[in-house]
Amino acid sequence: MKKKDFLIAAAVLLLAGILALVFRFAGGDPGGSVQVKVDGRVAGTYALVEEQRVPFDTKYGHNTLVIEGGKAHIEDADCPDHYCEQQGEISKTGETLVCLPHKLVAEVITGEASDVDVVAK
Amino acid sequence: MATSRKSPTGTPGRRVALDGILVALAMIFSYMETFIPFNFGVPGIKLGLANLVVLLGLTFLPAVDVLLISLVRILLSSLLFGNVMSLWYSLAGGLLSFAAMYLLSRRDDISLIGMSMTGGVLHNVGQVITAAIVVRTLQLAGYLPVLLVAGLVTGAIIGTLAKLLMPRVQKALQSFQ
Repeated sequence: MKKKDFLIAAAVLLLAGILALVFRFAGGDPGGSVQVKVDGRVAGTYALVEEQRVPFDTKYGHNTLVIEGGKAHIEDADCPDHYCEQQGEISKTGETLVCLPHKLVAEVITGEASDVDVVAK
Repeated sequence: MATSRKSPTGTPGRRVALDGILVALAMIFSYMETFIPFNFGVPGIKLGLANLVVLLGLTFLPAVDVLLISLVRILLSSLLFGNVMSLWYSLAGGLLSFAAMYLLSRRDDISLIGMSMTGGVLHNVGQVITAAIVVRTLQLAGYLPVLLVAGLVTGAIIGTLAKLLMPRVQKALQSFQ
């Protein structure tokens, strides 16, 4: 390895460290609700204090958002990789669950849940 | 890495044949990779074995050939082992990392390992950007720190492998002429 190689490695590590710190401080507060977007459009917002199971049947496929004990996770996904189920539970603002094949993103936000639940079609 | 890039391929026929062999080799690497679990805590991280062909190709072959080999490899392995979506992810990652590695390959002060690390990192950056476009959510940037480090590590591994393979490839190419 040459000197400049180490420089590249150091620069990338530094950038990764800075980004990690920024994201850590940007989020981290306990959130109020989970906002689910499909294809970039808000499909619904659900309060974290409420225990609930919300099914999402979109043209891309099926996922169920489960909120238990103030945390949200995804179950029953029929996507090929099931990564969304493996991403675990989220409860702090900015944390996300992503199902790429279904273009579905669940993100914890500070706000309260909206009164009207819109189920994605 | 700016070694003299005299064409090792000779006649057009030889050039096509060699490029074809390298596409096949890269595809075998892509396929082998599906059997190697490489868990970094974030889904979808791969070792990037096919990048060996690009790295060594950039040392011995005209850059156009390497770009074409890479594009054909991505197209064919997405069709065979992936799906339409994986084609876009691979293309974004592949093109971004190729551009960076090509620029670095013309420099004397960057080794194969430096090239490969940059390629690995940018490959992952390209994929995150594609994913962010697919789900239309910038929040995916949260995965960047892990993916940057992952690209660095896989890039260093592949770069080291490429360095070890280089003398053998050089020898093989001489007998090909």
